[in-house]
Amino acid sequence: MTDLVYGLITGILFGFFLQKGRVLRYDKQLGALRFQDFTIIKFMLSHIIVAMVGVYFLYDLGLVKLSIKATILGGVVVGGLLFGLGWGMLGYCPGTSLGALGEGRWDAIWGIMGMLVGAGLFAEMYPLLKATVLTWGNYGKLTIPQVLGVNHWLVVIPVAAAAAVFLVWLERFEARAARMRTEAAEGVHTPGGK
Amino acid sequence: MDRDKGWNPYLAGGLSGLVSILSVWVAGKYLGASTTFVRTSGMIERLFDPDRIARMEYFIREAPKIDWQWMMVVGIMIGSFIAAASSGSFRLQAVPDMWRERFGPGVGRRAVFAFIGGIIAMFGARLADGCPSGHGLSGSLQLAVSGYIALACFFLGGVVAARIIYGRGGSR
Repeated sequence: MTDLVYGLITGILFGFFLQKGRVLRYDKQLGALRFQDFTIIKFMLSHIIVAMVGVYFLYDLGLVKLSIKATILGGVVVGGLLFGLGWGMLGYCPGTSLGALGEGRWDAIWGIMGMLVGAGLFAEMYPLLKATVLTWGNYGKLTIPQVLGVNHWLVVIPVAAAAAVFLVWLERFEARAARMRTEAAEGVHTPGGK
Repeated sequence: MDRDKGWNPYLAGGLSGLVSILSVWVAGKYLGASTTFVRTSGMIERLFDPDRIARMEYFIREAPKIDWQWMMVVGIMIGSFIAAASSGSFRLQAVPDMWRERFGPGVGRRAVFAFIGGIIAMFGARLADGCPSGHGLSGSLQLAVSGYIALACFFLGGVVAARIIYGRGGSR
């Protein structure tokens, strides 16, 4: 019961920030996939940087456990690509579909229904997939520090730094793209007036 | 659209990262969403054929019941509603703006695309054992190899789909 209450509170907070960050919308998700609007990238990387440092700090204090998903190349690569294709069509991911519904974007309902069907379909095919795709390239539960054989902070800090550098570059890229759009628009409209 | 700016995405994303930390610390749970669709699917299917669902391997693994993550996913909808309603950005919309610009206001075509996209996306998410929350956020923040591979594949597939649907270049 406590678990359920924690879940609800966590979701309410997460949903609140997702909406405030404006990452729930179709236009934002497709905007990123079309290289036009990088709001969701900024949101996700900020989340990852903050939570990565926090979780590993608590991990060192013995206060939290990690929960690593297995690296099964067949499942992750094939499933990941399929997810991406479907995501591009739907424009919402599983978590954000409910959030989009919460802010009134009710086309998410079609996606939620589709995702329920997709989950059912997967459950039907699971015995077959488990014997095939999900056996390809199974490396078990693997983290980058394990692969490199180094202390996790030697990965946390470079990853956080790389993400920060990437975000700075992204801001400059956006500013340049915006400037080019303005100049192009002026070039078209100025001579004849609008 | 301009009056509807929202917060700086770095601030909102960073605060959501704190939610992630607190959740792991207090409840021992990492954010995720797609397993909830499996459980819900099982709960619905169980209404029609309980014996069959009870025998299915995947529903034995991911039991059709309401758990922490199920409540979190419902919470996302409530939290989003609170944020949207309190800032005047709640809007009932049948077709997203970008979609409308390209395909017009018809609800039918959008519904078909979204529905089929949903089927493919969830099938893929279950095959990959996670979605942008479970792999993309929770996996990456723990430095899981699977998280980064999944995240790359999610975006690669998504960029290809967007290119097919909207064509080269932008509408701007």
